[in-house]
Amino acid sequence: MILCIDSSGLTASTAIIDEENDVAVAEYTVNLKKTHSETLLPMIDEMYRLTGLNKKDTTAVAIAAGPGSFTGLRIGGATAKGIASALNIPVIPIPTVDGLAYNCYGHDGYVCPIMDARRNQTYTGIYSFRKTLNDNVYGYEMETELSQCAVDIGEVISRINKLGKPVVFLGDGVPVFRRTLDDELTVAHTYAPMGLNRQNAVSIGRLGVKLYREGKGVSAASFAPEYLRQSQAERELKEGEKSND
Amino acid sequence: MDNITILGIESSCDETAASVVRNGREVLSNIISSQIDIHTLYGGVVPEIASRKHMERIDRVVDAALKEANTSIEDVDAVAVTYGPGLVGALLVGVSYAKSYAWALNKPLVGVHHIEGHICANYIENKELKPPFMCLVVSGGHTHLVMVTDYGRYEVLGRTRDDAAGEAFDKVARVIGLGYPGGPKIDKVSCEGNPAAIDFPRAKIADNEYDFSFSGLKSAVLNYLNSLQMKGESYIQADVAASFQQAVVDVLVGHSMDAVTRYNVKDFAIAGGVASNSHLREAMQAACKERDINFYMPSPIFCTDNAAMIAVAGYYEYMAGSLASWNLNAVPALKLGEK
Repeated sequence: MILCIDSSGLTASTAIIDEENDVAVAEYTVNLKKTHSETLLPMIDEMYRLTGLNKKDTTAVAIAAGPGSFTGLRIGGATAKGIASALNIPVIPIPTVDGLAYNCYGHDGYVCPIMDARRNQTYTGIYSFRKTLNDNVYGYEMETELSQCAVDIGEVISRINKLGKPVVFLGDGVPVFRRTLDDELTVAHTYAPMGLNRQNAVSIGRLGVKLYREGKGVSAASFAPEYLRQSQAERELKEGEKSND
Repeated sequence: MDNITILGIESSCDETAASVVRNGREVLSNIISSQIDIHTLYGGVVPEIASRKHMERIDRVVDAALKEANTSIEDVDAVAVTYGPGLVGALLVGVSYAKSYAWALNKPLVGVHHIEGHICANYIENKELKPPFMCLVVSGGHTHLVMVTDYGRYEVLGRTRDDAAGEAFDKVARVIGLGYPGGPKIDKVSCEGNPAAIDFPRAKIADNEYDFSFSGLKSAVLNYLNSLQMKGESYIQADVAASFQQAVVDVLVGHSMDAVTRYNVKDFAIAGGVASNSHLREAMQAACKERDINFYMPSPIFCTDNAAMIAVAGYYEYMAGSLASWNLNAVPALKLGEK
């Protein structure tokens, strides 16, 4: 059983994945402004309580490792570390934007998650799903056109316009940037519907299972979130050093 | 009675700490990972950096505390964690970690008030100390004169109206070129200065004689330096430091002894980071001796932010059946005595 957590944005999402049978055993997602610190662990507790699963049968904790809200990443990250450390199991860090893209698994065309990163920036990435065929059974392999990054919304738009193919957008950046997208995009585009358009721990789990099988977990002690941004103090210190040169 | 073992976790400011304490008094381990070198670059604690460092270090600190205590996690009866007051991002790391750690192991969780922790640090080396007693808590973020009426029961007699005592130390140290952290640096340089060189003000608060104010003192130091600068004169760093420190110590000792006399207490203690200031320790000890009052102070290692004190406070909460639930949140402005 892999415990999966995504608290990188306003959404708090948790799931328990049965990696042997490819089943999402339990999923608990809340999409309301409430402090993750008060909701995340009670949600996890509730999943184990209702399913009767033994905490000790947890084999790994998959976590949306960032980018995202610094506070959200801290709460999720420290929660994942605490559980993994106590049970002596690995943490599987999943890039948040990759996880979001996996909500649209199998989509034909580009998938572009956009998270509101404030200051007219977005945490984003561009992905597509390549069809694979093995003995008459087809599947999808996610390919990365643009790895997750923090950029101005205009930069993503010009990139997509250059790619010139249809794209689906999702994420909490959609309500923030929708007008700009509609005005400036020159390619056909759509927006993922509810249920698919926000962080979801099962998507973290799908990627998590893959990485778990590849042995890509890390120890709780060596896990740290990927913030994609330095703190303001660090940025200012660096800028000060540069201007002194 | 069986031994009760508490694992304490503290991350409210810039120290990541974990400790194992037995029966509320016996410290089996006390691991403190300080970030002071990093924050010195910025002249003070940067909350976002502090939070990130806690995140990187917390597992190793907890593991080291258990290992040094030679205690297996199964032998721990409860996990105690600081949930306020402090920097919210920093607190959240400790709180989230402690919660999920305790949850995964089916152990009870105890939420501890950081200042209560500081007060409880006095129990570690003074086995005979029991409530009721009075305690002055002085640190970078807090200045409280507290009556400890029972374990876990506190009555605040006075608090600072503006800067905490430690904050004043940091600010004055900065303007006289001593840098961060101000407390230890002023303490050291004052030994070579004349504490009577400059007569800085000792503030009294009209409507509560036990409240403190240090912003006026800080301004007085700035004005003194400015006026010299206007005249093109230089100042003696050690004299300014010693005179400033004397003013702080006089106020802290004065308020405390007034309260001790009024409330007729027999036991008085100090706690918090500034309680490791050598001049304050000496002055308080002398004042208590004069009045025939028992004086208690933790060793400097238990004055600084540490998790042993959190485990001690957690022990008394645990024994009182005061447990936290899985929705425990960080409360950056948590008040003393609030649950």
